[in-house]
Amino acid sequence: MNAAYEFVTGPLAWLAWGIFLLGSAWRLSSMYQLAKKKDAPSLSYMSWGFSLRSIVNWLVPFNALGWRKNPVMTVTTFAFHIGLILVPVFLMAHVALWTEFFGVSYATLPDSTADILTLVVLAACLVFAGRRLTQKEVAYITTGQDWLALVIVALPFLTGFLAYHQVFDYPVMLIAHIVAGEIMLAAIPFTRLSHMVFSAFTRAYMGSEFGGVRHARDW
Amino acid sequence: MGIQERLIEDVGLRRGVSRLTPEKIEKTVGAVLSGETGARLQAYSETCMRCGLCAEACHFALSHPGDPSYTPAGKVHQTMGVLLKTGGRVDPDFIYGMAQLAYTECNLCRRCVHFCPIGVDTAYIISVVRRICHKLGVTPQYIQDTAHSHSAVYNQMWVKDDEWTDSLMWQEDEAREEFPGLRIPLDKEGADIYYSVIAPEPKFRTQLIYQAAAILHMSGVDWTMPANPGWDNSDMCMFTGDFEMMGRLKRKHFESAQKLKVKRIVMGECGHALRSVYDVGNRWLGYSYPPVPVIHAVEFYWELIDQGRIKLAKKFPGPVTIQDPCNIVRGKGLQQKLREVTRFLVDGDIIEMHPNMEHNFCCAAGGGVINCGPPFKNVRLEGNVVKAEQLRATGVKTVITPCHNCHGGLHDIIHFNKLGMELKFLSDIIYECMEKPEA
Repeated sequence: MNAAYEFVTGPLAWLAWGIFLLGSAWRLSSMYQLAKKKDAPSLSYMSWGFSLRSIVNWLVPFNALGWRKNPVMTVTTFAFHIGLILVPVFLMAHVALWTEFFGVSYATLPDSTADILTLVVLAACLVFAGRRLTQKEVAYITTGQDWLALVIVALPFLTGFLAYHQVFDYPVMLIAHIVAGEIMLAAIPFTRLSHMVFSAFTRAYMGSEFGGVRHARDW
Repeated sequence: MGIQERLIEDVGLRRGVSRLTPEKIEKTVGAVLSGETGARLQAYSETCMRCGLCAEACHFALSHPGDPSYTPAGKVHQTMGVLLKTGGRVDPDFIYGMAQLAYTECNLCRRCVHFCPIGVDTAYIISVVRRICHKLGVTPQYIQDTAHSHSAVYNQMWVKDDEWTDSLMWQEDEAREEFPGLRIPLDKEGADIYYSVIAPEPKFRTQLIYQAAAILHMSGVDWTMPANPGWDNSDMCMFTGDFEMMGRLKRKHFESAQKLKVKRIVMGECGHALRSVYDVGNRWLGYSYPPVPVIHAVEFYWELIDQGRIKLAKKFPGPVTIQDPCNIVRGKGLQQKLREVTRFLVDGDIIEMHPNMEHNFCCAAGGGVINCGPPFKNVRLEGNVVKAEQLRATGVKTVITPCHNCHGGLHDIIHFNKLGMELKFLSDIIYECMEKPEA
């Protein structure tokens, strides 16, 4: 078990982070090259001011018309993404790993808060899954890719929660958790999770075009 | 559920599809996707999380509750989604449905923009689908006829060169009885204003040219209209996907204005033409912004009123409501000016529809949908129950809308739903209420 732990926190971790960081950089740069080659008219409208205006307006819950018309989804999405970012980055056990391996240390979340946020993320995943199964307009457009993305994101939180509460065999669950987290990292550039990399730019473009050309709100 | 279960017979679509082979389809789809699309389409198709939030945006979806095939993402799913997944290996029957959906069940109104957190532009994706249909030769007959007219005579309505000048001189002649000294100055070099219209105006709404001439005359504007092709600012080729022809039309329009060395183009009360001249056609020609400054009639009337050049003898009796044309509110942000002009003209309340301004519902006629003709009329009417309800809820008798498509679309909705409302252009009201010389 020790060897397995060494492996998943050693070589496998380097691999997962490598795929995530280099893969994301490669996807971004190749997308930019493609945009320069094929979407020059679109690029010419990009503006910092209107991009930020659009991004900020969409980051405020219930500000955009789409948020207001879908209150359940608004609450769920915001809660989900907040937990999705805060828990992995600020969990005490995760920060301890940064300290152990690289001597880096920073602020942490109290475990009880992280525990609640984890449950929030999992509950949100259930809401997302429920929508895909029961809401016609979502079921109609759902593909295998969408389920894959949902499972990839849910697993690290589920296994992390079980490991923390020492359900089943702790060492096995811990290793499962680490592997699940690494799968998620590596999947970001190459699955629907790539919206983490690209959505700021699609949002920025829409904002730029609506601000610069159409003089209208895009939220 | 889906487009294949609601196919409507159309000669243009049927003949186009009959000439297709799977090989030709695959080759054409591949050529458009690899040659004309890039990061934008790829990012949209990859990052759309299939969340379904956009279902709430679309008047077609809201008017067909429980049928997800009318939602923006549902429409992309049935068209571009399939093309991307199969690499264009689809059969000709699929293309029939794809074309019917893209041309008649999406107005390219961009209301879904307000619903997508990621910023996916569904109108752009559907435009690419239409582009593929055009290149496959599968377009509804009626709109294709207008596109043919554009390519033959540079206007949408088969108006011949002599008929154009003749119509203008006829209107001038008529108007001089009411406004002695009025001219419709043709080809006047260096004029401040180049007034351009869509071809349906000389063809069957000639009184709009009369009214515009009256308003410009009484406001003392230095203006002109071109005597030669280039005068029509409309553009059905933009909507069929014939971008080459769109480019020729816009070049003709801009060059017509440039040759006359005018200061600005003022466009009549039309939405889609503004989209073509101000937003889309110019890009095809390589201009980020139009090479000649372009303003819409709403902005122009606002300026004239602001400068005190429009004098009213009376006000138009309200209350009224306002139909915001997508292409001038989501297309140029003119919603406030439209209200300021209306308040100047109307005595009484403006009873707003909700939602309104940038968040308005489309009339379901725009985006070339009404131009697909009688076979698809009921698609528009059944697809816009929400607009009928909005209109009914205002309880007013007059709807003001500065857009030809909105007039066409709302006219049908009002009759179909027996709403008993009348439609007005701003120029109808200005003409009716302005000071006129003693006859």
